[in-house]
Parts: sequence; C-alpha cells; structure tokens
Amino acid sequence: MSAPIVAVEQLAVSFVMPSGEVPAVRDVSFHLERGEALGIVGESGSGKTVTCRALLGLLPSTARVSGRIEIDGADVVSLSPTELSGLRGRKAGMIFQNPSSFLDPVMRVGRQIGEGLRLHEGLGTAGARESSIRLLEHVRIPEPEQRVDAYPHELSGGMKQRVMIAGALACRPQILIADEPTTALDVTVQARILELLQVLREEDQLSLILVSHDLGVIASICDRVLVMNDGLIVEEGLTRKVMLRPRAGYTRELIAANPSLELNAAPARVGTPPVTHPPAFEVEAAEDILTVERLSVTFGRMRGRLARRLFGPGPPPVQAVRDVSFSVREGEILGIVGESGSGKTTIGRAVVGLTEPSSGSVAFHAKAGQHGPSGGAVQMVFQDPFASLNPRMTVSRALAEPLRRHRLCEPTDLERRVRELMDWVELPVAFLERRPHELSGGQCQRVAIARALTVEPRLLIADEVTSALDVTIQKQILDLMRRLRRELHLTIVLISHDLGVVQALCDRIAVMRGGEFVEQGSVDQILRSPREDYTRELISAFPRMPIDDPRDGR
Amino acid sequence: MREPDAIAVVQPGWRRVHLSGLTLVGGSLVLLWVLVALFAPLLAPHDPDSTNLGALLKPPLTPGHLLGTDQLGRDVLSRIIYGTRVDLSMGLIGVMAPFTIGIALGVISGYVGGKLDTLLMRLVDVALAFPFLVLVLAILAVRGPGLGNYYIALAIVAWVPYARMVRAETLVLKRSEFVEAARLLGFSGAYVMRKHVLPNAVTPAAVFVITDIVLTILLGSGLSFFGLGAQPPTAEWGRMIAEGQAFLATSWWISVLPGIALLLLTLGFALLGDGIAKEMRVRT
Repeated sequence: MSAPIVAVEQLAVSFVMPSGEVPAVRDVSFHLERGEALGIVGESGSGKTVTCRALLGLLPSTARVSGRIEIDGADVVSLSPTELSGLRGRKAGMIFQNPSSFLDPVMRVGRQIGEGLRLHEGLGTAGARESSIRLLEHVRIPEPEQRVDAYPHELSGGMKQRVMIAGALACRPQILIADEPTTALDVTVQARILELLQVLREEDQLSLILVSHDLGVIASICDRVLVMNDGLIVEEGLTRKVMLRPRAGYTRELIAANPSLELNAAPARVGTPPVTHPPAFEVEAAEDILTVERLSVTFGRMRGRLARRLFGPGPPPVQAVRDVSFSVREGEILGIVGESGSGKTTIGRAVVGLTEPSSGSVAFHAKAGQHGPSGGAVQMVFQDPFASLNPRMTVSRALAEPLRRHRLCEPTDLERRVRELMDWVELPVAFLERRPHELSGGQCQRVAIARALTVEPRLLIADEVTSALDVTIQKQILDLMRRLRRELHLTIVLISHDLGVVQALCDRIAVMRGGEFVEQGSVDQILRSPREDYTRELISAFPRMPIDDPRDGR
Repeated sequence: MREPDAIAVVQPGWRRVHLSGLTLVGGSLVLLWVLVALFAPLLAPHDPDSTNLGALLKPPLTPGHLLGTDQLGRDVLSRIIYGTRVDLSMGLIGVMAPFTIGIALGVISGYVGGKLDTLLMRLVDVALAFPFLVLVLAILAVRGPGLGNYYIALAIVAWVPYARMVRAETLVLKRSEFVEAARLLGFSGAYVMRKHVLPNAVTPAAVFVITDIVLTILLGSGLSFFGLGAQPPTAEWGRMIAEGQAFLATSWWISVLPGIALLLLTLGFALLGDGIAKEMRVRT
C-alpha cells in the first residue's frame, strides 16, 4: 500500500483573541488514503471546519497552528505563501457551504472556473474558456456552452455548487475537500450533488474529505468517518461500523439525535428511542381548531394601465400558495414539508395573519374562553433564533413585556410567572438577565418559544424552528415541543424542509410543492406508502443512515 | 474563485468600549467646553457686556484683560467664556428638533409604508432638491433674524437625513422576526415602533447627531456673523468675529481668538463623532 496522500499528526489550532488564546482544534491526527472518502462529522464549534481549512493553510492570521500536516509529502505548515497557493487548486481543491458567497456575482462563471487555469497552468483566454466548458460538462451541467457565460445569479443553488466543484477540479487536484457542500441545498438537490461527488471520485480518482454535521450525508458516500467534538477526534472508523456500533458516548448521542426516516417496521436502531405517537383516538375525537379553505397567496400586483404603458408589463405576480385546503385538529401536530420556494412558510404566515391571503379563508375555531386573553391565540416561532428576539431586551424583559402590556397577570405575580415560563422551556433562571447575544441558538429559540407562550396560545406555528440548530439541540427543541403539546395541549403546525424532523414530531404530514399540497396523510401513510411521485422522490433523497441488518456479517 | 481570508470560527464577544486616542481628545475637548459653559459666571473675570471706554482695544496679556479687550472695551476672555453658552446650546438645541422629528417620521414612514411612506419620502425629495443653506436663509428672511427663528428653520429642513437613515433601518427591521413576533403578540403598531423598531433603528442617526452638531454650530455662528443669528450685544463667537473684522489689521485678537474657540469646540465634536461612528461600525 502506498503512503497516505494526507497525513495529519497532532494538529492543534488556536485563535489569538484579545481575551486570550482560544483553542479550536486540540491534538488531531488522521490520514487519508489515496482514493478514499473520509467523512468528518461534528456539531458547530467542534473544529471540523478549522481542521480542513488548516489542511490548505486557509486559516486567518490570528490562528496559531502546531503539529504536522503532510499533503502528498509536502509539509503544509512550513510552506511559504507562494508554495501554498501552488498546492491549493493543483494538489487539493476545496468547496464550501454557501456557493453563492464564494462566487463573484459580477463575473461570468466560465471566467471564474478558468481563473485557476490561467493562473496555475498559464492557459490563454480561449483555452481557459474551452476547459471551462469541458469542466461544466464534467460536473453534469446541461448546455455548458451557454452556461459558461452565465452570471452566478442566473443559476440555482445546486447549479452554483456544481460550478464551485468545477472550479475546484479545474487544475486536476488529487484531493477534494468539501466543507458542508450540501447544507444550504434542498434534499433532492443534495442527493444529486452527493451522487455527482461519488461519480467524480471514481472518474478522477479523487481522494475526498467531506465535512458535514449530517451523519446521513456522511454515511451515503464516505468509507471512513472521524467524529469530532470540542476540537478532538472522539471516534474514528469505518462508516458502517461507527454508525451501527458506536463506541464513544458522544457518537451515540449524535446518532440518537440525528433525525432519520424510520421506513422499516423493524425495531429502531441502537440508541434511537422509539417514536412514540400519542394514542390516536385522542386526536381523532378532537375537533378542528383550524380550517384553511382554498387559500391562495399572490405576491406582486399587476401594474396599472398607465404604468404598463410607461414601463412595460413588469414582473408577473408570483403565486406562492395556490388553492390549499387543510384542517388541524386540536392537540394535533401537523407537519408541512416541502423544499425552498414551495410556499410552506407563506401558509404559516397567512395563518397567523402576517400575510394577506389573496383568496380563500383561514378560520380559527376556539371554544369560548380558549382565546388567549390578548387575542393572540395563534403564535409563531421563527427559523433564525438570534433574529427572533429584540437584541436590546434582556430575557426577563422579553418575557415580562407581553404579560405586563396585556395585563395577563398581577404585577406582584409577574416574577413568578416569568420564572414559570423559564421552567416550561427548561432554561435556568440565571439566564433572565442575559441579552440574546449572550445566549446560544438553542437557548434563544427556547426564549422565543417562552415568549410565544406568554399569551397562552392554542395553536403554535413553528417555522423551521430547528433548521439553524445542531442536531443534538434540534432534538432537545423537538422534545420540548412534544412536551408542550402533551402538557399544555398545544396544537402545533410544524413547517420544515426536513422529513426526519417532521417524522419525529408530527401526527400528520402535508407535502408541498410549487404552492400546492401534493398529498396529505398520516406519517405512516406518507412515508411508507406515498401515493405521489414527488413524495417518493423526497423520501428517497433523504440521506439515509445504515440500518442494522442481522444478516450483515460485520 | 475567491477564498476568504478570515472565517468567524470564534464569535467575538461583546467587547468593552474601546476608544481610540483621538476620540478621547475629542471627548475631553467637548467636556471642557461644557464645563466652561456651566461655570461661566465663576470663570469669567468681567461682565461680558460691560463696556469700558478707558480700556479700548487692549492687546492680550494686558493686566486684568488676559485676552485683551475689543473696540468697546469689553473683555474678550469673558465674552468667549459666555459665548460658549450660546454656541454650545446652539449646537445642542439646534439638532434636537430635527433629530426628534426625523427619527419619528422615519420610523412611521418605514413601518407604516404604503401611501404615507410615498408622501413623506416625496416631501424628503423636495426638501433635498433645495440647497439646505438657501432654505434656511429663506425661512430666516420670512421670519426675521434671531436664534429662535434659526431653530425653527432647522426644525423645518434639517430632519431629512435623520428620517432617511431611520427609515432605511426600519425597512429592514420591519421584516425581522422579532418585530413580527411582537406584532403577533398583539402589540399595537405604535408600541412596536416605539419599543422594538426605534431603539434598534436609531443607532446610525444617533451617531450622525454628533456630526450634525458641528454643522449646526458652524452654520449658526456663520449666520450670526452675517447678523441673522444671535443679535448684539449677545456674546456669540460668530458675532464677535464679525465685530472684530474692521480691526483685523490692528487688533487681530478680537476676531481670531473667538475663531480659535469655535475651531476647538467643533473639532472636539468632530473627533468624538468620528470615533463613535468607527466604534459602531466595528460592532455591527
């Protein structure tokens, strides 16, 4: 066997801050064989991104690096900047999470791909363009001759990621480092990008390092996996082995938190608590709390006659939601699932009244005395936990404000009520005097939920509440919502792009595409026997964890 | 393809306010002038308005008159010290009405939107289409000279930049999740604007206020120079410069010393404003 193409020994990276040195990676050693696909999995702050940036010397100047990094025999840590730039692109290419921000918006994609070729290989303009077209073809972009002259905004997210990959592969590197390459993409697009990486790996004999927070993504293409936590490698091994028989406690926790689809009737995998749905009759017997009938929402208006004559027809109105009808029973959790742009968020906003429906009706039925005292019987929790709270308000003020403003409790009772709310969302009272920037994302989300609970809503719209959070935090928030439903009898509409999240929490699922409901049904029915092709596509695109098969010899 | 040269791996914490040297110089200058204004009666050796025909046009360092006397024998030092009260309050009072009107209209315009927004912003366009100075002079011409009318003129025209800045911030904040959450909690529009939008939208306007104070003082003393602002015998720096003009060749101190005072006051505010603006940019 030949020497590994990447060998890292006792790598440690710390950042020099005014307040002192902050370690990001501590003592990490691993290697990558030629032609191998290595996954690095971990939550935010685990040091996975820093590790792979260190490989190419891409760390900011405040970073202090020690240890050895060898790429194909060259020691990266001791290379000069010029030697480093020769290494980047030619030996190893890198792609990042958000392709939009790594592509120059005012440069045609062909030129951007060709940049490396002109720089490293001294190709002329025409030659670089030729190569760019070939590269676009290589990453399976249709009509490469036209697309080579496109600007980034003319391409979809998946297409942009393909362009990034083409750029990274331009100088025929032997190693491709992919840092969360599919995190910003829809699942169906993600599946296609992963497929492409798989194909390219074989065609170009690439060695691949894939960094992701998503075990499913890693499992679908990596041979070996490193699990990182807090700057250390906690477990390393063959992907299947690590996923099925994790040794480290942290890995087990990560696997348990990973929302995955339970399609088989077979008993759940190691460490996964069985999905418990409340007894069905309870919900069945309940009455509808929300009825949405033939809801349509259209953005943008047709221009008036004069404006049309002066400025032309203008952009056509966009129909975000088209003729959608559904109802939610009291105490039920309905999941609305769909990819970006499917209109799922618009439905949520129309239900709470943040967006005017252009036609159709939204009716909320609450029995007498069930309306929250402020009339805020329907509340919404949003995706971005940091944007959900007023940055200038402490937690205690944020929670007390609605209580005081709507006189929901006696002034003398205020403090007790605020503490009670903190209790509900499982936050320590010590956090009461903190401001949002002193809280983590999960904690902010809990405060946002507590604030929504102040007005005692009957229905909670949760719009992608977990998608900005790490999996273990995500699981905690889902557990919290489950508890709120059980103990406060809260009805929840969960809007998410993530089938795993929806499955973990919901009783019923509605699948959306292009502003319409593709199908609705119970979780079991949708996931096990979907009627529509689109649902099937969505399910099959969901990154799958290996399932423990007794016949499996390993 | 571009590569980032830095990544936010470690979130920078809320740093303690760190002010640069120049900001401190500016702040100290401003503080110094504020103290001078507050304690003017204690600091001034003479009554600023009492004439002394026995000591006309005395040069600086004359015993009893440290900075000399003017053509009416008034003590220049005392007049500068009392002038601080006029010029400083001119800056502070001058920006008050524009600031208040501007941020209120900005928030309302941005938050309410629709026809009201269109109307207010066209009003802004009209105000911007006229040269600022011409508009102020026109208003003073109609209402007559005097500092009171100067403040009124400012209130009519100087709110425009504040309104625009706050409106721009408001448009962003209006779509932010915490503002929408506040609306869903059943708070009235006026309350959401006051408690959730304005405090977060006002930062750039608040930074601009300090720069605007400089402009207001300079314009105010300029108008006084031309006789449109502070009226004699009020000790005001611009007015003092104008009065000393005729004697510039022989008795330079009557004009030059108030000029230096004006420079040091506005420089203080300018440095302070720059420093704070920089600090805000770093933070956000």
